Amino acid sequence: MGVLDRKLFRDLRRLWAQALAIALVIGGGVATLILAAGSYRSLDETRRAYYERYRFTDIFAVVRRAPKALVDQVAEIPGVAAVDARIARLALLDIPDFAAPATGHVMSLPDIGEPALNLLYMRLGRTPEPGRADEVVVNDTFAKAHGFAPGSRFSAILNGRKRELTIVGTALSPEFIYAVGPGDIMPDDRRFAVIWMSETALAGAYDLEGAFSSISVKLLRNASEREVMTRLDALLDRYGGRAAYGRKDQTSHAWIDHELDMLSNMSRTLTPIFLLVSAFLMNLTLSRLVALEREQIGVMKALGYRNGAIVLHYLKFAIVIAAVGVAIGSAAGTWLGAHVTRLFGDYFHFPFLVFAKSPDLYVIAAVLSFAAAAIGALRALREVVKLAPAVAMQPPAPPRFRRLLPARFSLDRLVSQPIIMMLRNVTRHPIRASFTVLGIAAATAILIVSLFLSATMEHLIDVTYFMADRQDATVSFVEKRPRDVVLQMARLPGVLAAEPYREVPVRIRNGSIERRIIIIGRPRDADLNRIIDIDLRPVVLPETGLAISSILAHILGVKLGDSVEVDLLEGVRRTLSLPVTALVEDYFGIRGMMDAEALARLMREAPVITSASLSFDQNQREAFYAAIKAMPAVSGLGLHSTSLANFRESMALFITTMASIYTGLAAVIAFGVVYNSARISLSERARELASLRVLGFTRGEVLWILLLELALLTLVAQPPGWAMGYGLAWIMKTKLAGELMRVRLIVESSTYVLASTIIIAAAVFSALIVRARVYRLDLVSVLKTRD
Amino acid sequence: MNEKVFTAQSLTKTYLAGEVAVHALRGVDLDISAGEMVVLLGPSGSGKSTLLNIMGGLDRASSGRLFFKNSELTSLDDGRLTDYRRRHVGFVFQFYNLIPSLTAFENVALVTEIADDPMRPDEALALVGLEARMHHFPAELSGGEQQRVAIARAIAKRPEVLLCDEPTGALDSKTGILVIEALLGVNRQLGTTTLIITHNASIQDVADRVLFFADGQISRIRKNEVRRAAAELTW
Repeated sequence: MGVLDRKLFRDLRRLWAQALAIALVIGGGVATLILAAGSYRSLDETRRAYYERYRFTDIFAVVRRAPKALVDQVAEIPGVAAVDARIARLALLDIPDFAAPATGHVMSLPDIGEPALNLLYMRLGRTPEPGRADEVVVNDTFAKAHGFAPGSRFSAILNGRKRELTIVGTALSPEFIYAVGPGDIMPDDRRFAVIWMSETALAGAYDLEGAFSSISVKLLRNASEREVMTRLDALLDRYGGRAAYGRKDQTSHAWIDHELDMLSNMSRTLTPIFLLVSAFLMNLTLSRLVALEREQIGVMKALGYRNGAIVLHYLKFAIVIAAVGVAIGSAAGTWLGAHVTRLFGDYFHFPFLVFAKSPDLYVIAAVLSFAAAAIGALRALREVVKLAPAVAMQPPAPPRFRRLLPARFSLDRLVSQPIIMMLRNVTRHPIRASFTVLGIAAATAILIVSLFLSATMEHLIDVTYFMADRQDATVSFVEKRPRDVVLQMARLPGVLAAEPYREVPVRIRNGSIERRIIIIGRPRDADLNRIIDIDLRPVVLPETGLAISSILAHILGVKLGDSVEVDLLEGVRRTLSLPVTALVEDYFGIRGMMDAEALARLMREAPVITSASLSFDQNQREAFYAAIKAMPAVSGLGLHSTSLANFRESMALFITTMASIYTGLAAVIAFGVVYNSARISLSERARELASLRVLGFTRGEVLWILLLELALLTLVAQPPGWAMGYGLAWIMKTKLAGELMRVRLIVESSTYVLASTIIIAAAVFSALIVRARVYRLDLVSVLKTRD
Repeated sequence: MNEKVFTAQSLTKTYLAGEVAVHALRGVDLDISAGEMVVLLGPSGSGKSTLLNIMGGLDRASSGRLFFKNSELTSLDDGRLTDYRRRHVGFVFQFYNLIPSLTAFENVALVTEIADDPMRPDEALALVGLEARMHHFPAELSGGEQQRVAIARAIAKRPEVLLCDEPTGALDSKTGILVIEALLGVNRQLGTTTLIITHNASIQDVADRVLFFADGQISRIRKNEVRRAAAELTW
């Protein structure tokens, strides 16, 4: 080790606390990147492996009843790699000791061998014996929610007949990673089951011998999804086929995509902030170090050291700190990443986890960190080069201070000398002061980004669950029913109001942009499900035309009054042009709404309904549930309050995890900035402070003079921090906005207050650490040394 | 007469201190011979340090020429001046300017690591009588000891010239004499041309020549026929 390296090592040891503070901020950036990108990759890789091993389908289609012979024709479509046809139906369940009706998605398993696609991962037990109508496999989460094990029993209404079923196995399926029942937004493991039973038995129950009602297609690598779907639709059309859809429109797949997106966005938004802050912390600290060591630099130059060697010496200082930061950040990021991966892996019920090895991430993180450190060091290094040896060895000329105001406007009588000292100090180092403010503001901003989600989610809940959808329950029917059925529903025990709805699947298009959505036909005077416009007011649906989600209008690029093309995907297939007459503020999915009468005319049908919204008296809940369970026409019952509770629960997972991780990291930044600034002021002003002590100031007064400046900068940093936080939150919100879910940005004043409180606490904490140093200030030795 | 080490012709130096222009040197002509021991005397601001800094390649003249042997220092760029300092010059300063985070030995090694034909750091420290204290940090050494470390550091590369700016300025007389003794020893044993700036008139008796400075110029030169030993000095 050369002598300069030994100096470096001892300098680092002397300045360890400051160096560590910078390293921690760098570590924060590295950790964010590795945590978010690493867990994203692991989860994505896990999903990919799961899909591949369990042969998850590319294209899905539902038909009323199609002959099995059709399967060969589907297999011949160019680009098709594999086809699996099965029977799939929705059925109401009756579960012992569970009052509310639940829904089962019942599917057939081939009697011989495995399905060609969407294989089951068996958790417990076995698959049903061929032909055994009472044996079923259920999805693992449903079994766990009810404490079911092989041997447990429940009943289901299959094709109008109630049957006793015995669980012989539990399984996971790549198709139902995210298992959401009809009429629900969120998974409800207690009230939604995926049920697999013997094909012969299910065909018997639904009179579908030799036929299928659901078909899955796996594509060859380079096949065009669009082309295969068109051909598939043409084949299935005459069998009551609804238009085929791809993974993008498959609920489970789309939700996981959405959640993974949130993870990867975190890293992209927050990592740069950490690196930026660490760059200017490096700048502050190294500039100060160079200023303090100007004599030593002068000596080294006088001794014949070249600029390059001295610059390298100080650059190494930055590099070592960055290396420590990268090491800390990599370790923390890896650990947190594994934690988050497990958390989400559990939440998604993946049968296994693949921890993606991402050496490139560590390299990227290291390169970015070293670059940030080097850029931060730049100004100080330039200073090193500029120092002429003779000048360097003389004490720097006394800093030139300026009066804040012309002499005749004296502040003396208004404010105390310490405050004048503080103000002059700030104005003498405007760049440093603004960097400090910027750093603290960045910490506040990161906190706001990690805290804003909960208020935003409350707004979403408020609009979705209380302003728009105010029903207590949504009843879905197996098939469309005459509109009069709603009168029957209204007479069920406890029901206070019932409104009929008709759902029609369509493709909506403007130019080349196209989406698959549901158009909901609603009664003119609907009061349970209201339409909320973009100004958050309930509005009456226009008599003609189509109301669409505002984000859909954005995606399609249409405004109020523009026309869109609509392909009806049910009944007589027709393509229509409809004017957009209202924009709806909604946060889940994309959809269209029409007046029920107008929709019936478009469909050329007598008024029919596919679901009904109900409000009921909670005191008569049991009777109401019993009545629903007795209705064979009902395929599912969505419960509003349960849906809300589930939504809160699943959001809580994400929000609490992320908020606590990022709050910790933001506190590290705040601490790093304030502590470094305090230490730098202390080293610069030690002589001044010691002189004040000699003049009779108390330790407390001296500390106050030192910290006043930081207190001011911390407070000044708050408003810009709020603005930056709002901006970042807006970026996050915009990046997260998707067809599946989006939010309106709401940042409560309490969020700003909380963020600032945490930052001020971190500042106070660093002040306490500095206090110990001020109290230890050795007056004699400080005054004896040359300035 | 010995070979000339330095030749200065009409050297001037003007610099800005804050907003005031200071004429530090107003035309200096001077020859210094190899192995000479020269003392520079004069009040503060008379230009001694400025001349020394220019001779040591730490600073540049505003006009005039300065030669070190055959090369013109006043025409060298920064890189060559660094080379010049590295090969030929040793410095000793009033405030020692040791690196506080390095021990005495390491402070000397700072030079020996980059010199072409250095002595060993312990050898250099032995020359100034500090071999016993070489693993101490500057903070653990007295002022005189620190200054002797600085001298050891300056001579460790066997420089042709040793430039000392107030080497005893911060020391009491007893330790000051030890330091002067060390400088004389080096001058005698290694034949190093030595220039010493001082405010202390009694030191002049150890020199071959004494240059008196006033107002940026050499006002008088005195030649000592007999040099006194350091032990004979008092102040």
